[in-house]
Amino acid sequence: MKLTAVDKKILQEVASMHDVPQGAYNIRKDGEGVSRQSTENIEIRVKTDNPGIDIIVKPGTKNESVHIPVLVTKTGINDLVYNTFEIGEGADVTVVAGCGIHNSGSEETRHDGIHTIYVRKGARLRYVEKHYGEGGGAGGKILNPKTVIEIEEGGMAELELVQIRGVDHTERVTEANLYKNASLIMVERLLTDGNQMAKSDVVVNLLGEDSFTQVTSRTVAQGDSEQIFYPRVIAHARSRGYVECDSIIMDRAKVRSVPEIAAYHAEAELTHEAAIGKIAGEQMLKLMSLGLSEKEAVEKILEGFLR
Amino acid sequence: MLELKGITYKIPGEEKEIIKGVDLTFEQGKFYAITGPNGSGKTSLAKVIMGIYKPTTGSITFKGEDITALEIHERSKKGIGYAFQYPPRFKGLRVLDLLQLSSGIDERKAVRGYLRQVGLCPEDYMDRDADASLSGGEMKRIEISTLLAKNPEFTIYDEPDAGVDLWSFDLLLNVIKQKHEKEGLTTVLISHQERILSLVDEIILIVGGKIQDIGTKDRIWPIIKDVVGCQWYKVCRGDIEDEADCRR
Repeated sequence: MKLTAVDKKILQEVASMHDVPQGAYNIRKDGEGVSRQSTENIEIRVKTDNPGIDIIVKPGTKNESVHIPVLVTKTGINDLVYNTFEIGEGADVTVVAGCGIHNSGSEETRHDGIHTIYVRKGARLRYVEKHYGEGGGAGGKILNPKTVIEIEEGGMAELELVQIRGVDHTERVTEANLYKNASLIMVERLLTDGNQMAKSDVVVNLLGEDSFTQVTSRTVAQGDSEQIFYPRVIAHARSRGYVECDSIIMDRAKVRSVPEIAAYHAEAELTHEAAIGKIAGEQMLKLMSLGLSEKEAVEKILEGFLR
Repeated sequence: MLELKGITYKIPGEEKEIIKGVDLTFEQGKFYAITGPNGSGKTSLAKVIMGIYKPTTGSITFKGEDITALEIHERSKKGIGYAFQYPPRFKGLRVLDLLQLSSGIDERKAVRGYLRQVGLCPEDYMDRDADASLSGGEMKRIEISTLLAKNPEFTIYDEPDAGVDLWSFDLLLNVIKQKHEKEGLTTVLISHQERILSLVDEIILIVGGKIQDIGTKDRIWPIIKDVVGCQWYKVCRGDIEDEADCRR
């Protein structure tokens, strides 16, 4: 597969890839799988019933990674893909997903990724999904990901979901079911600007005893953009959950943050925190007293906040 | 080195002057303390010097250059530093980030010494966020370490003892004093502590936004005890409204 300059830029942004990776990977471009490689322990199969792939990680696979970036470079494309991940018992792997849109045309370009993830007994998964948009056309850049994750007994998953500028409209849905001793750490980082809109709906069901989740969102809303968050943690067993939503609001932006915790078991321990506010003046003054201009201080504070 | 002429400062939109016609000269290489009752204008004066507050009237020159119109970061680049009384917390910015920004050095190893100097183990603190998980005393020490890393020619430390335990306080004072002496810097400590007042070359006594007196500890300390002490006490108790009543 020959990568164009645009492809390379998008791959760098969404998957930190400079070129085709060494291990298992699948690159999807403009609605089609264009390059794919399985390894001894990680098999990637094309689905027969729907567009998309199955990623099967053998039990016990350790310290391997799989990259599955999506590139959308043509205007007017409406791409829908179903990916299923099977992380075998005792495996410990990293999945780098992500989607980048380059839309320099006038039509709307859209990618909807439906991901179903099974983290089997005792397995560990680190899942990184970055969204990125570029191109100066009038056509919108839309990304609507849906992730459903099942974490079996003793399994653990870390989800890092990042969208920094460039995407005009996104509606993210995340559903997680955690069984006995399973844990999920989810971090969502988001920056919207201009007239962009982002909505995130998260539901974590703590189904098994001693399951644990921590759901964190750190977001910055600039310009006239709008953000809406609905993170919910529901405890059905003796379990622990923590939700934290923290947003910096600037300019004329709007942010709604509605964390919800619900306990259906007397031994559940759930807490939530939510904060929306502007950049603290004292932070600006401190950084400026170290020699940063006002603009540099804002950038540094936002960079740290979204790291 | 740094000269204030006719400085007044009013909070925008308010009538009351916080700083009232201050004329003051800081000489190169001297060690100063600014002291005075709570609310007398010590921190406001420091913030006027750093450029955080804009003076209502008057001018400030630094090494012969008029810096009155300069912004905070421009004054910082000229060599003026200010350690905050209450250092701000940052979500997401690590102690390492602050030290790198202060020193202009990216190399991790090179900035570790600034934490050691203030009695903090670098490996325990470098990668921690400078956020609410740190205690007030830890933040204060980190704040001072950023000034050591920045190394300005003229530095004001605003109540460096506040929130710091006794053992660390000695260490911090020694570090500040040694740096001052070794590098011939001009250093100003805002404090009420007699121990600090004993260390410095000159004490600037500020009361009600005015410079009441300047001199050595031998000269200023009796005034603080006899006159200002009386005012602090009586004003706080509500016995008098006018400072002049205290002298009767």
